[in-house]
Order: sequence, then C-alpha cells, then structure tokens
Amino acid sequence: MIDFGYGLTPSATLKIEKVDNPLFAELHRLEPDVTKCIACGSCTASCSAGVFTEMSLRRVILSLQRGREKETLPMLQHCMLCGKCQLVCPRGINTRHLILSIGKVYKMEDKAL
Amino acid sequence: MSQNIVVIGGGPAGIEASRRLRDLGYTPILIEKEPVLGGHLARWDRLFPDGVEARKVLEPMLADLDGIKYFTDTEVSSINRLKDTWVVKLSNGLSAQVRAVLLTTGFDLFKAEKKEEYGYGIYERVITNADLEDWFKSGAAPQFDDVKVIGFVHCVGSRDEKAGNRQCSKVCCVTAVKQACEIKERFPEATVYCFYMDLRMFGRKYEDLYLKAQKECGIRFVRGRVSEVSEDIDGHLFVKAEDTLFGKPLKIKMDMLVLMAGMAPAASTAELARMVNVLPGEDGFFLPHSLIDSPCTCAREGIFYAGTATGPKTIPETLSEAASAALAIDRYLKSPQK
Ligand SMILES: Cc1cc2nc3c(=O)[nH]c(=O)nc-3n(C[C@H](O)[C@H](O)[C@H](O)COP(=O)(O)OP(=O)(O)OC[C@H]3O[C@@H](n4cnc5c(N)ncnc54)[C@H](O)[C@@H]3O)c2cc1C
Ligand code: SF4
Ligand code: SF4
Ligand code: SF4
Repeated sequence: MIDFGYGLTPSATLKIEKVDNPLFAELHRLEPDVTKCIACGSCTASCSAGVFTEMSLRRVILSLQRGREKETLPMLQHCMLCGKCQLVCPRGINTRHLILSIGKVYKMEDKAL
Repeated sequence: MSQNIVVIGGGPAGIEASRRLRDLGYTPILIEKEPVLGGHLARWDRLFPDGVEARKVLEPMLADLDGIKYFTDTEVSSINRLKDTWVVKLSNGLSAQVRAVLLTTGFDLFKAEKKEEYGYGIYERVITNADLEDWFKSGAAPQFDDVKVIGFVHCVGSRDEKAGNRQCSKVCCVTAVKQACEIKERFPEATVYCFYMDLRMFGRKYEDLYLKAQKECGIRFVRGRVSEVSEDIDGHLFVKAEDTLFGKPLKIKMDMLVLMAGMAPAASTAELARMVNVLPGEDGFFLPHSLIDSPCTCAREGIFYAGTATGPKTIPETLSEAASAALAIDRYLKSPQK
C-alpha cells in the first residue's frame, strides 16, 4: 500500500518488504535452524516462563523474521534456558543454542540473558 | 498358460493391481502376511469425505478374486535375480519364477506410544484414530462415560523430526475432521476440539467437510500443536498447547484424547529393498523412478510399486496407482526383451 505521508498516525501495516536484516543473516549463520520453525507453538505451550510472563519462543522467532527485534527483548529476559522447548520442538531445533545466539547477535547479554 | 506375476502385500493396492493384471490376461500371485486380505481398509469403519462404509468398498473387491492365486499368512523369504527373472521364495515353501514383481506393502500406522509426552498406552483415556475406528466399527457402548470434552491431536508422529518422520501423512487432517463430526454424533453434548498446525484439506469435498465440522457440528479448531499431556487422579487429562493465533499458552482438561497417528514406512520395506537391491528414500518409503511421471517403476528391471508403499496416499489415489502399475507391468512384459 502506498504511504502518502499525510497520515496523523503512522501506518500500522507490517512492512515485510523492508526486512533486509544483516543481523538476522548473522543469526542464521550462527544457528541455521532459525528458519526451520513451523510456528507450531509447542515451545510456548511447554515453556516454564510462558505461564507467568510474555515469553514465547515462537513469537521471538517470528518477530526476528519480521525485523521486529525490539519486541523480543522484553520476552527473552524471562527465559531461564531450561531447555523444555527443545524437548518438544518437532523440527528438532536446538532452541537453547538459538536463544544464546540471539543474545550474542542482538547484543542482549548485558541486558537480559 | 498365462504368465505369473508376484504381488507382495494384499491391501487395496495389491488387490486392485491383481484384479487389473488378471483382466490383462496374467495370473497374479498375491502374498499377504496377515490372515486376511484388505490391509488398513479392513480396519476402517466409514471413509472420508462422504462417510461411505469401508466394507462397501472392500467387499466387492474380495468377491472378485477369481483367477488370482492368493496366499494369506505368508511372507517372502527371499527374492533373487536369475537371468531376466526374479525367483521369489515364500514362507509356505512355495516359490515362483517371474519376470515382474509388484511391491504393494503399504504403510504401518505410526506407533503412538513412541510419543511418550502424549501418554498413549499409559493414560487410559488417550486413544488413537485407529482405536476410534475399531470402536465405531464394533458398534459397542462407549468405553468411558461422562465424556464432555474431547480433543483430537493432529500430526502424531508426522511432521516430526524427532519421531523420525518428517513427512506429512496427508490423510490424518481430513480423518480428524471426519472423526470429530462422528464423535459429535455419539456425544452431542460434548465439546470437541481439533489441535492442528495446518489444516490440509486438499481433496475434493474435504473443504466441505471442514465447513460442516464448523457450521453443523460446532467443532472448535485451535491452531497449535499439543506439546504434552498429563493425567489427574481421576484419570482426566490435561492438555497443553499454544493457541498460536491468539498468542497465548493454554491448558485444558479433557475426558478423552484421540491421537492422529500418521503413516510410517511398512516394517518390511528395508528388508525387501535389500532383497531386490534398491535404496528406499530418505523417509523410508520405496522411491520410484519419478514422482511425477513414473510413480510405479524403479531403477531395477522388473520391480514395480503401487500404493502407500511409496508414501502417504488416499484410497482413490492408491487404487488408480494400482491400475497404472498393472499397465506399466503389461508394457514391460510386452516390450521386446534385450
Ligand atoms: C486413520 C486412517 C484413516 C484413513 N481413512 C481413509 C479414508 O477414510 N479414505 C481414504 O481414501 N483413505 C483413508 N486412509 C488411507 C488408506 O488407509 C490407504 O490409502 C490404504 O490403506 C492404502 O492401501 P495400500 O494397499 O497401499 O496399503 P495397506 O492398506 O497398508 O496394505 C498393505 C498390505 O500389505 C501387507 N504387507 C506389508 N508388508 C508385507 C510383506 N512383507 N509381505 C506380505 N504382505 C505384506 C500388509 O499386511 C497389508 O495388508 C486412512 C488412513 C489412516 C491412517
Ligand atoms: S529455555 Fe527459555 S524459552 Fe525454552 S522453555 Fe525454558 S524458559 Fe522457555
Ligand atoms: S516448537 Fe520449534 S517449530 Fe514449534 S514454534 Fe517452537 S521453535 Fe518453532
Ligand atoms: S495431514 Fe494434517 S494431521 Fe496429518 S500429518 Fe499432515 S498436517 Fe498433520
């Protein structure tokens, strides 16, 4: 959709065409399985943190794929690296390595993990 | 005397191909390891998408076996190449020398107890799609009383790298929707949920069945894979999943859970592949020459495939492939020998 720039409020549409994220490419290099997720939600369903907080690994992955890394930090800070998500992931993603790699690439170590 | 052809596996594919081969003037020798012919079709009650009784499809097939030599309770002991023929030895002591062997060994239902987190074989109220068909077919009274909340779990042992089956089993989405509607007929007061990752309603009329499930049967569809199941002291189940469309984890109490066990390669595939010296695909099913235009042939001369031996298929797909295999064999046998 064309954004004429006259709006009082910024457009709420998702600009997926703008997602060209060198950080995501770096994450993909460190943990190639990040693109294997099928958004099944098993990780979120079994997550030890997800019952009390907004942590959802499925949404973290999706947010990164959509170039919305800002939304991931508030979630990731609740992760305890317990690895339950890894037990249930049907795609066999090494989720703990994925989470640690996200921390590294997006420089979250000091803030969260 | 007409030429013999060995057909291994007496399910829908093997029976249909044998009938077609007989009609083309050959004498098929059909081998079935179980005591009866019919394969999985013999176990199902009613078929998607229309609810036709499975026996109405199987009985006419079984009534038309004249001219086919068939052996039940029989397995293949060895298959060896001898010049341009295959020598097939059977467990009953007989052997046959033929130019063509058709493999119609079908699939095995995924063993749901392998997914321990779902509790099949541990919790009484967790059953499989096949158990449910057995129950429908028996016409018996419900196994459990007080059934108010029922769940269907899609993709059990399919689309699951840890279970060793990456493939989609193709028939279980529509089977779940069919069974959900049927269970609603038996327990009209119950709330019925389907937990799915993607709903694969690929066939003609399947989408209509889905619409019926929503509109007439009130089935509740939740997009999220069940991650684990636990049991309380009274034997009721707690099911965990994420409602991925809503973005929240959920935990729900259920009185009965039906696991949609998928299609895994038949146990005998690897052994038969070794005997005729072919390599099965990475997924464990037989791999034909081409999945596009030659689904029934392979690199080994005189070896043919049909049905779910080469991957998940519905019954109509299986039957039409069986007919194609018969024609492929006929063409092979009529082509001038090298
Ligand atoms: C839960 C469920 C419900 C289904 N419902 C429907 C439906 O409603 N409609 C529909 O169109 N499809 C349905 N299907 C699919 C249908 O069952 C298959 O398409 C069909 O059974 C395939 O036939 P087949 O002959 O290829 O394999 P099978 O039915 O598996 O038959 C193979 C036969 O080969 C025998 N065999 C295997 N190895 C050997 C060996 N080494 N020696 C001798 N014999 C051997 C087996 O014992 C078996 O009898 C359903 C599938 C499932 C899992
Ligand atoms: S490792 Fe983190 S995301 Fe995974 S289940 Fe544990 S707390 Fe949740
Ligand atoms: S369990 Fe695995 S495949 Fe499913 S949403 Fe989580 S990371 Fe993705
Ligand atoms: S058909 Fe549906 S339930 Fe079966 S494996 Fe495929 S997606 Fe899963």
